[in-house]
Amino acid sequence: MTVFAYGVAGWLLLIGAFGIAVSRDIVRSVVCLSVAQSGTYVLLIAVGYQKRAAAPVFGATNPPSLDVVDPVVQALTLTDVVVSATVTALLLALAIQVAKTHGTTDPDELSALKG
Amino acid sequence: MTRPVRIVLFLVAAAGVALCYLGAVFGLPELGTPVHPYRDQAVAAAVARSTANVVSAVNYDQRALDTLGEETIVLGSVIGAAALLRPTGKERKGTVRDADETLPSVALLGYLLLPVTLLVGANLVLHGQLTPGGGFQGGVVLGTAIHLIYLTGRYQALDRVRPLAVFTAGEALGTTLFAAVGLVGVAAGAGFLANVLPTGAWGSLLSAGTVPLLNIAVGVEVASGVVVLLTKFLDQALRIAGAE
Repeated sequence: MTVFAYGVAGWLLLIGAFGIAVSRDIVRSVVCLSVAQSGTYVLLIAVGYQKRAAAPVFGATNPPSLDVVDPVVQALTLTDVVVSATVTALLLALAIQVAKTHGTTDPDELSALKG
Repeated sequence: MTRPVRIVLFLVAAAGVALCYLGAVFGLPELGTPVHPYRDQAVAAAVARSTANVVSAVNYDQRALDTLGEETIVLGSVIGAAALLRPTGKERKGTVRDADETLPSVALLGYLLLPVTLLVGANLVLHGQLTPGGGFQGGVVLGTAIHLIYLTGRYQALDRVRPLAVFTAGEALGTTLFAAVGLVGVAAGAGFLANVLPTGAWGSLLSAGTVPLLNIAVGVEVASGVVVLLTKFLDQALRIAGAE
């Protein structure tokens, strides 16, 4: 049971990559890339998890203690999410350009370079 | 490459990745154990600088240089997307008209949620060192808040509250501000992006030294970036497609 979270992370990565390989639309490929990247969020959060530990944010009701989940991997996940979002925006902009110049968004029909 | 060949090639590669991944996972420490050496170091460093939100302390204090790199990635992709989404060839930018019809309930919700969402975004940015949130999260909320006007169907009003030149400048300003705060550390002789400001009282708004300043810089940059991106994408739908 303890490897379940790691299993989910690996599954998201592989199913996302599978989606990219079989996709018939580049917009769908971009969504699949986001799914694959979600695997890394699950993996990072799972690595930092500790049973019955609080969030690494302290306040009046929870004074500083070491009994919290790992904040370092949470910060890495935040970086990951931001990069994922910006890359998605860039890829969707590319998809719009491809649709304009080639008149299709099916990767199988994109065989030649065209300006 | 034909489709079946591609799928077979993928399955072979995926099986390899899965095997390596399984080997790696079974070599990892068990899930949920209390042994987290980096956590111990990060929490101690955050508490020493009066930063209640340890994740913010990691991002804007201990790993601030990485966050500068991350911010540059945001800047780079916004510039890239904006360049890709310019009108090309025979396309011309048309004028934008308000939507013909909008559900009154949706429009009402857009107007009602606009101030609330702006407030939530500002709160997330300004309290990044105390509570969950920070510049990245708050910036996205702020950038999205302005686009609630899109839901009301008043596209011309949206153009007025979101002058693109201002937000393009904001994008650059945010990144510059981040680097400038870093140079304060150099001037103080402590190193680039070192947390040299007084760290204040634990849990107060003005605590954690440079962390709130860097949060604001990132908030400005991300909010501007989101606005520029959404404007460019909406232009494709509202102006350029409409002009053809």
